[in-house]
Amino acid sequence: MITLSGVHKTFGTNQVLRGVDLTIDSGTSMVIIGGSGTGKSVLLKCILGLVKHDTGTITLDGQDVTKADRDAFLARFGMLFQGGALFDSLPVWQNVAFRLLRGSLKKPKDQAREIAIEKLRRVGLKPDVADKFPAELSGGMQKRVGLARAIAAEPEIIFFDEPTTGLDPIMAGVINDLIREIVTEMGATAMTITHDMTSVRAIADNIAMLHDGVIKWTGPVSQLDKSGDPYLDQFIHGRAEGPIEAVR
Amino acid sequence: MSALTKPLGALGHATLAALAMIGRVALFAFDALSHMVRPPFYAREFLAALFQIGWLSLPVVGLTAIFTGGALALQIYAGGARFNAEAVVPQIVAIGMVRELGPVLVGLMIAARVTSSIAAEIATMKVTEQIDALVTLSTHPMKYLTVPRVLAGLIVVPALVGIGDVIGVFGGYAVAVNNLNFNAAAYLKNTVDFLEPLDIISSLVKGAVFGGIATTMGCFYGMNSGRGAMGVGGATKSSVQAAAILILAANFLLTGLFFSV
Repeated sequence: MITLSGVHKTFGTNQVLRGVDLTIDSGTSMVIIGGSGTGKSVLLKCILGLVKHDTGTITLDGQDVTKADRDAFLARFGMLFQGGALFDSLPVWQNVAFRLLRGSLKKPKDQAREIAIEKLRRVGLKPDVADKFPAELSGGMQKRVGLARAIAAEPEIIFFDEPTTGLDPIMAGVINDLIREIVTEMGATAMTITHDMTSVRAIADNIAMLHDGVIKWTGPVSQLDKSGDPYLDQFIHGRAEGPIEAVR
Repeated sequence: MSALTKPLGALGHATLAALAMIGRVALFAFDALSHMVRPPFYAREFLAALFQIGWLSLPVVGLTAIFTGGALALQIYAGGARFNAEAVVPQIVAIGMVRELGPVLVGLMIAARVTSSIAAEIATMKVTEQIDALVTLSTHPMKYLTVPRVLAGLIVVPALVGIGDVIGVFGGYAVAVNNLNFNAAAYLKNTVDFLEPLDIISSLVKGAVFGGIATTMGCFYGMNSGRGAMGVGGATKSSVQAAAILILAANFLLTGLFFSV
């Protein structure tokens, strides 16, 4: 279980997180929604320790993440980045097997390659993609490779940062279905950041809306359309009028 | 009053910013050095950096050295003729190339070719979240990106300087023998007799220092780049400027250290 309590983060004079309280139960899929620049990615990076939060506590299974053994902590996570964040200089299979080729999870090269090809197959890519370089792939294929890399070491917790941004609706649907299937079959805890309401409905068990640096609303996906929360209603229906100021 | 204090304030801000930058670079270099002696080590990345910095720099280093050596021979011959000292061409070419021009020109070529490429590559990795991805894959960016490159720079740039020295001296020899009617055997004998071990040691030490500076600056500015294409461009430009200036300043200090009377 991941618990955030009173998490604050400021960049210069910009107060991005102003006291975030949130709980993500093990084995559930939490989707964070909110407008651009509301700090969703910062929140995710704070949990991973990529950005240091100023105050508040973040715990994983009761242990403060800032005090946990870093390698052991990170070994429990997989992450799909918004742009894929694949390493240009490595072929696809080495991107997928990156964690399996070095560090505490190191495996023999042949075995790591086999696992990488299996994971590529899992996300719908053929084995001949394995020896290509990321620049040779389309955006959708790069996302799938990123997804394969995120699940390669079979992590307990997977983060997805805008998994469908920049994809056509059909490819976005494919990625959403893959995420849902993988999270369910692995029994992983998932946390996804997205603006895409189709993704939200496809991926989420629970939803949290981040606005103005705090969680404005949180609840199960079944309550999304009957929350009665004006912020959430404006956001999910994409209305320009409402309590959330639209910058024109 | 404000007309007087404004420029002083600006000067103070600039000085503090410069000192802060020196501090950040020093901490970064210290961090890189401390990671060099702590596992894990990434041998593959180190070998790739050796190849990139060393082998692929050979053509530019060789061409720079041979043309400089040749031009130096012509200049010394023409200048020496003014006071009947044309015969010192072999000695001056040797000392000029080995002590000064070899290391400095190789250092500047490495700054132009390697520092810029390291800064642009790492800055692009930062902008596209590849460095964040490294962290989430339990890989320390300092160990994976910086240490192999800096270590390769420290090892391979002295070798490049040594090669550049030899090629530069050969450039002077070729011009002197073919164009200035020097005796080939006498030219070589004068060159070898005149050079002292300290000349060669100073050249190689300068190479190691310049290699360290060039690669560290590339990594530092890459890791600290701003966002977007402008961030990458700015990091690349700043890294080359800083590396070139630091190489010239270090050259002055090292020359004083080795040869001050």
